[in-house]
Amino acid sequence: MKDGPVDALSGGFSAPSTQSAFAFRQILRALSEPGVIVDLEGASPPAPLSAAAGALALTLLDGGTPVHLAGSLDCAALRNWITFHCGAPLCDAGSAAFAFGTWADLAPFDRFAIGLADYPDRSVTLIVEVPQLSATGYRLRGPGIETQRFLSVPDAAPFQANRALFPQGFDAVFTCGNRLAGLPRTTIVEHA
Amino acid sequence: MTDQAYNFAYLDEQTKRMIRRALLKAVAIPGYQVPFASREMPMPYGWGTGGVQVTAACLTPDDVLKVIDQGADDTTNAVSIRKFFQRTAGVEVTQSTALASVIQTRHRIPETALSAGQILVYQVPIPEPLRFLEPRETETRKMHELEEYGLMHVKLYEDIARHGQIATSYAYPVKVEGRYVMDPSPIPKFDNPKLSGSAALQLFGAGREQRIYALPPFTDVVSLDFDDHPFTPTKANHDCDLCGASASYLDEVIIDDQGSRMFVCSDTDFCETRREMGHVGRLGTPSNKGAQA
Repeated sequence: MKDGPVDALSGGFSAPSTQSAFAFRQILRALSEPGVIVDLEGASPPAPLSAAAGALALTLLDGGTPVHLAGSLDCAALRNWITFHCGAPLCDAGSAAFAFGTWADLAPFDRFAIGLADYPDRSVTLIVEVPQLSATGYRLRGPGIETQRFLSVPDAAPFQANRALFPQGFDAVFTCGNRLAGLPRTTIVEHA
Repeated sequence: MTDQAYNFAYLDEQTKRMIRRALLKAVAIPGYQVPFASREMPMPYGWGTGGVQVTAACLTPDDVLKVIDQGADDTTNAVSIRKFFQRTAGVEVTQSTALASVIQTRHRIPETALSAGQILVYQVPIPEPLRFLEPRETETRKMHELEEYGLMHVKLYEDIARHGQIATSYAYPVKVEGRYVMDPSPIPKFDNPKLSGSAALQLFGAGREQRIYALPPFTDVVSLDFDDHPFTPTKANHDCDLCGASASYLDEVIIDDQGSRMFVCSDTDFCETRREMGHVGRLGTPSNKGAQA
């Protein structure tokens, strides 16, 4: 993070095409290998958004992706930053393609789009800001995982309900500082 | 040398964001075909416009790119796509499967086992496995929604009724994680077992048909078959005439007007590596490179 105040015009990528390419590869790795924690650098969004969530926003959001900011993230500084850097329209939870927030602020999860039975890709991606992120806690199994991995997700129940909707459902990434882990709808989350 | 007239890897950032979002949803729903707004590329449809767009959206300046066409690094399609990315992205290129971080392929999976961190990008002509059985997109989409795949089994059964065996030898349909039936692109069915449990990430791009789909690493992929007619990968019943390999997929080459023929590995990197290691086939000569090394 930069020192001093961050305004809406600063904090973006300094070399967008290559920085977004590196950031995308990290996000792609995180979602194709659930539970792997990757580093995401280069963005300095205004507080309280993390650097990793900011880099994800710069890499994936544009005018075609309605964005929902939940709870404390729904502040003027962040709204202005996303509007300036991404041009993404802000919207309510139900019509969001991407939703940013803490675990508590994003719940309940059934208010988000889970896609259609014939177009399950038309679903939300949740960016969950967590206070800590480590390879401990719940056991993960499924595509992208050879045997098992562990991840400190806040709770298993919403993901078990989400898994039961497959192929519909939401996809999630967890961000903490400049670190990010993915949890797509295919992953089975269970008590270790 | 990068051609500065273009953005990194040719595509503009807006297009890459759109493709990247489609790729992430494709990874989250293995085997499901995600629609995307495919662009016109500076090459004709059928030359890998889908694969090129997926590769362009994935490349970073640190990548080492390999491009193969039917296993070969030195055919027109492979050479022109490799040069395209050398010019527009300035990435390092290689012919070695082991050294590449991104491999774009037309109709083959390399013989050398892929490792974690590698990405295999397939060029796909017709992504819909049911398309030749049901031409209407509205219907095939409903069939995928309802997991109504009986028609595909009827097609395989008709193969058996007519030919005594499943005669489908390439683009052999697979079922991904017990849910979506997927076209693995026109790879020989010899390669189908390599789709399942691969350590590498596999991405599929169909440019004209505007679809992207994916197999994350260690995804369960099963070739469709029957209990009494189990799936069997097949290859020409020969050894490679250049390197002597007995378990690689072979191309048949006519070598004179009398119809004499030779069989050679379709994977040129695999064959050359073996020859450099000193393996010599029926019609091969010892490799010079190996002698110098």
